[in-house]
Amino acid sequence: MTDGDLILNCENVVMDYDGFKALNNCNFSVHYNELRVVIGPNGAGKTTLLDVICGKTRPTSGKILFGKGANLVGKNAEDITKLGVGRKFQAPSVYGNLSVWQNLDLSVKRPSKGVFPTLMGRSSAAERARIEETLETIGLSNHAHGRAGALSHGQKQWLEIGMVILQDPSLLLVDEPVAGMSDKETEQTGRLLTSLSEKQAIVVIEHDMDFVRQIAKIVTVLAEGTVICEGTVEAVQADDHVREIYLGRAKVAH
Amino acid sequence: MPEQTVARPDSRETVSLSLVGLVLLVLLPLLNVLPADDSWLHLSDFRLNQFGKFLAFGILALGLDLIWGYCGVLSMGQGVFFGLGAYCMGMYLALQIGAESVYGSELPDFMVWTQVKELPLFWYPFKSFVGGFLGAILVPVLFATLFGFLAFRSRIKGVYFAIITQALAFAAWLVFNRNETRLGGTNGLTDFKQLLGFRLSDPSTQRGLYIITVLALVAAYLFCRWIVASRAGNVLIAIRDSESRVTFSGYTPWKYKLFVFVVSAGLAGLAGMLYVPQVGIITPAQIGVLPSLEVVIWVAVGGRGTLIGAVLGAVAVNYGRSVLTNYFPEAWPFILGGLFVVVVTMFPDGLLGMIRKATARKETPAPAIKAEGGTVA
Repeated sequence: MTDGDLILNCENVVMDYDGFKALNNCNFSVHYNELRVVIGPNGAGKTTLLDVICGKTRPTSGKILFGKGANLVGKNAEDITKLGVGRKFQAPSVYGNLSVWQNLDLSVKRPSKGVFPTLMGRSSAAERARIEETLETIGLSNHAHGRAGALSHGQKQWLEIGMVILQDPSLLLVDEPVAGMSDKETEQTGRLLTSLSEKQAIVVIEHDMDFVRQIAKIVTVLAEGTVICEGTVEAVQADDHVREIYLGRAKVAH
Repeated sequence: MPEQTVARPDSRETVSLSLVGLVLLVLLPLLNVLPADDSWLHLSDFRLNQFGKFLAFGILALGLDLIWGYCGVLSMGQGVFFGLGAYCMGMYLALQIGAESVYGSELPDFMVWTQVKELPLFWYPFKSFVGGFLGAILVPVLFATLFGFLAFRSRIKGVYFAIITQALAFAAWLVFNRNETRLGGTNGLTDFKQLLGFRLSDPSTQRGLYIITVLALVAAYLFCRWIVASRAGNVLIAIRDSESRVTFSGYTPWKYKLFVFVVSAGLAGLAGMLYVPQVGIITPAQIGVLPSLEVVIWVAVGGRGTLIGAVLGAVAVNYGRSVLTNYFPEAWPFILGGLFVVVVTMFPDGLLGMIRKATARKETPAPAIKAEGGTVA
């Protein structure tokens, strides 16, 4: 495929923490409507990669081109969000003292998120319908008016996914969505992500290889801050270099 | 069954609040006017005036609750904005003394004894009531805008913001204490005679000021409640819960903090403006670190993030002070400090939390079902 089909193209991204290179000349690209899974050993730079894309941290050097060529490097997180990058964090981060409904309502994509429009803003019928629909999708309809802080861990993860969905991102960054979920919840999450990928590009970081097999078409393997291999799950698992990294680490660990 | 989302007044509480409002607005002034002076029903001029002062403090507390209770930003400099409002009104009142002053000069007394021959230029706007009135709101608002812009823009947060605002309170105290700043020095501004032609020593003037204070408090409360119930109010709570998530929902937290800081400063200015004619004096002692800290204690004692709890705390603590300092004047700071520690560690929801708990126990869980039906958005 040509570059024109890329929604995200990271070129030679370096993230240098006082000499420790969390990302080291990382080149990583994603196509429109693609569900990409990123795996790699601990400390490989997976979360850092998502952080530099969504503007949580600013890379030391490199370019991150998004959509029709906007460079995300140097933009702040709010503006990157408005451009259409959604981020779901590893630890569920929802607004515990607001209701589930209010959490979703705040996340809905709106023309302005400035103080005064937000002060005057009332939800339109269309927005409410979308929130209802999202509540169905994430299975939290019965909890709409309960405190988000009172939800279970898995429900919080889903709520956060719902919040990100309502932002209408064209690129969704999801960090370990099934950590701490039961098998059933994991499977449901997998189906949810797969169905979402029909409309938007998704990058998922994951450790759980069963889950990776469930959802992934293309897997990217990250190690020591660079992409070392990319391909189907089978191809990646058969790759000698990948095995070496994982098994080598495993030997040290045991 | 879903539990109540955020501490927001339900309809039952709205009814009781309206009743309290009516008592404050109508019943207390009537008890001051109608019964004979020796009747047990009679409310003395002194008590009514004192209550007016407490309610002005309630407005000050509302502002802090908005920024601290809802948005989680602790401002320890609210006394500065209160003082700015109070001094603006005080300067107007000082210029109204005119020839009635001790020295018979058109200049305020302190200028006579510090040998100021002409009215400093910055005093001129306060010759008119409109100047004093607008100044009391706009000066704190503009100052908070500037200070807040610099602080929040630079992402100063949490305890750092608290310390910086405390330093601001100290700096303001120093500035107002200086004679060179032509603000009356340590003695402040006092000996006021009249306001818009009404004699301040006249009980009916004080009664009018009391009623205006009640109305201002009601308006301030409704305004805060409107903010809190809006989507922007939810953003404030969201900032307190998870500021980083807020940026990834597309909001810019520092702008919301600045907004709510400026609103709280305006309310503090309003409170100061109402305080001065009722108390009759404003000095730097009302501005510094300690008065600013006291506001924090009122809000904590009353119950954070509830609005009404802030007013309750302001009135309760100040009433407690007026009673207890009669009996144990030296012990008051210890009582106040002890109260703060006990409330923060044992009753994090404050007085209002206790009241809500006590009244909720008597009720069947009926209201909770209603909460489910109503749309929260």
